[in-house]
Amino acid sequence: MNAATPLASSDLLAIYDLMVQSRILEEQLIKMFKQGHGFFWIGGPGEEAFNVPLGKLIKKGQGLDYDFLHLHYRSNAVLLAMGMDPVDPIRQMRNTATDTHSGGRNFCGHLSKPEWNLTPITSPIEVQYVTAIGTGIAQRDHKTDAITIVTGGDAGTAEGDFASCLVWSTRPGQELPILIIVTNNQGGISTSYATQHAERHIADRAKAFGMKTNVIDGNDVMESYAAIAEAMHYVRTERKPFLLEANVSRLYGHSSASGANFQAEEDPIARFRECLIQQNVLDVTSIKEIEEKHTQAIHALISQVLTERMPDPASIFDYTYWQQKGRVM
Amino acid sequence: MATYAQAVRMALHYAETHLGLSHVFGQDVGAPLGGVFTATQGLKTAWNTPLDERGIIGAAIGLAMAGKRCVAEIQFCDYIFNTIDLLKLAGNTCWSSNGGWCLPMTVMTPVGSGIRGSIYHSHSFDAMMTHIPGWKIVMPSNPKEAYGLMLACLQDQNPTMYLLPKALIYGKGDEAIPGEPSLDQEGSKQLREMIDKPVDPRLAAQWEPNWPTGLTDYTVPIGQGRIVREGADITVVSYGRTLPLCVKAAHRLAEQGIEAEVIDLRTLWPYDWELIATSILKTHAVLYVNEDTEVTNFGEHLIRRTVDELFYDLLAKPRLLAGEFIPGIGLAHTLEQASVPQLETIEKAISEVVAGKL
Ligand SMILES: Cc1ncc(C[n+]2csc(CCOP(=O)(O)OP(=O)(O)O)c2C)c(N)n1
Repeated sequence: MNAATPLASSDLLAIYDLMVQSRILEEQLIKMFKQGHGFFWIGGPGEEAFNVPLGKLIKKGQGLDYDFLHLHYRSNAVLLAMGMDPVDPIRQMRNTATDTHSGGRNFCGHLSKPEWNLTPITSPIEVQYVTAIGTGIAQRDHKTDAITIVTGGDAGTAEGDFASCLVWSTRPGQELPILIIVTNNQGGISTSYATQHAERHIADRAKAFGMKTNVIDGNDVMESYAAIAEAMHYVRTERKPFLLEANVSRLYGHSSASGANFQAEEDPIARFRECLIQQNVLDVTSIKEIEEKHTQAIHALISQVLTERMPDPASIFDYTYWQQKGRVM
Repeated sequence: MATYAQAVRMALHYAETHLGLSHVFGQDVGAPLGGVFTATQGLKTAWNTPLDERGIIGAAIGLAMAGKRCVAEIQFCDYIFNTIDLLKLAGNTCWSSNGGWCLPMTVMTPVGSGIRGSIYHSHSFDAMMTHIPGWKIVMPSNPKEAYGLMLACLQDQNPTMYLLPKALIYGKGDEAIPGEPSLDQEGSKQLREMIDKPVDPRLAAQWEPNWPTGLTDYTVPIGQGRIVREGADITVVSYGRTLPLCVKAAHRLAEQGIEAEVIDLRTLWPYDWELIATSILKTHAVLYVNEDTEVTNFGEHLIRRTVDELFYDLLAKPRLLAGEFIPGIGLAHTLEQASVPQLETIEKAISEVVAGKL
């Protein structure tokens, strides 16, 4: 599918289905936290209308012929749209030995999947904008349509690493095929964007580098889908960077550290649901069916994960180095 | 006879020709300069970056993630400090992904005093760097091993930190790098003409390096130290700029009947404890020497391990001679001399430890 192709009803339904799956997963992860089945929750409820289309449009695979991903910690929906098993975030939430992304070592939302070029999502805000430079260089040299995709929040763009990405991706004659994405939820943990930033749009900063930019309503599926497809098409073919800023909601606050309680912001799923009902793609029965299907499936996965083993304490040394096991010295 | 800078350059040339090294980058690393210490002159894969250390380390991490072999240079280690969290990230990427990702990348950076570099061109980085797990850290002290350790780094699957003691960078060794022209004066001149970029801008503009054809895959394995001088009275463990000073001090002290065994650690992590321990079991006394500031110094770790494992084998207090714990190294000759170990202070410390033996 590219920018020009209108989405068929089946595509719209598939997107809706993934959005609901992702929301239910996030809500269940929050519940796991609140029930003491995990230590910390952070995730992306409120970003589904942007993140699902993004995941759908990624060229998925391993190595330079595929997109490299340097993602933010609110990206579960991106990965679900790429086909990730929902058991993965549940395992990470529970920090079991079976967690294939970090072996019980990292917070939920900190996914890593070499088979899909998903570089480890990490806590230090904005470092992904400099590691993206490296995969961008490799892909510039490699000359396929594969690109590097980096995402992050609005507050983090104050870090120098964001500026680094703008400078390095636009070196004259050495431009990098990087799709730079900022999901703007109007603030950091508690500090609002408006109190710290004079620039009207973050994307405006890229204009000084001659970069193409777009600012969109990331709560709108159709707008997001079209804008991502267009930006990707540009980066894939022109081999130059593009900065896409998407305004999104944050429906359960910053993380479990701030309570993870529902906040009255625009709900992109409710909005899309209305739109699909109006288009007769969705009816009350199917809405219920989709919700029940995912709720049951995720409940079953949680029950299963709660029986899975914790990492072996003796494993703490493993993989400090490549393929190494046990204490190094 | 190659200088240290020429040795690094030849190793990088060998690696870009034979080991898949595809990117050598940093500030002023590519043409026209080829590195502020000339270590990257003439390389076909060398290029200049923006003046942005975080971008440089980030780019190295990303290139490694993409399976590309690279060497990223930080012009002086004095300017690497704003990348510490990225060095942490490089060191924890394999571990935090539970073995999913490896990062075969090399960072090289000149360290230490000895060029009258004042406050911001004299920092050491070994104490800081050895606090960051997940890296392998080397610090060669002569051209031949500078060559061999670079090739080892470029064949490792992990992040490797290559510390170049800048006091030694234009110094020569007494052992030839396999494939370099002869070790004598004539050989040095020949090598200069082959691989040093002319200073005259008109000549430099058209210059092409003429690399020695017989360079080999000579490698110094990571993790192996070397006994540079044998002795029975005390073990002296050092690396980098202070290593040749320890050797010199040992030669001087031999005239007074003190026989010091000098070990060049070469790899700081994972280091060659077996070599150190075997030597201490023979000499029953040890002095660790480096020039980083002495508080939470890497040598303190070595002393702790010595005490933990070899206490009853010691006949004298184990000692560390390191840089003073001060904010920087002052420019004046007198200040620099007083700030970090010198030949005289090393000689004195060796004699004191030996004199204190039970
Ligand atoms: C370098 C760094 N500084 C501070 C933090 C603590 N912290 C975690 S998330 C966050 C706010 C990030 O806001 P933003 O970039 O807008 O992303 P959002 O969480 O809103 O998606 C802060 C300050 C951190 N993780 N890393």
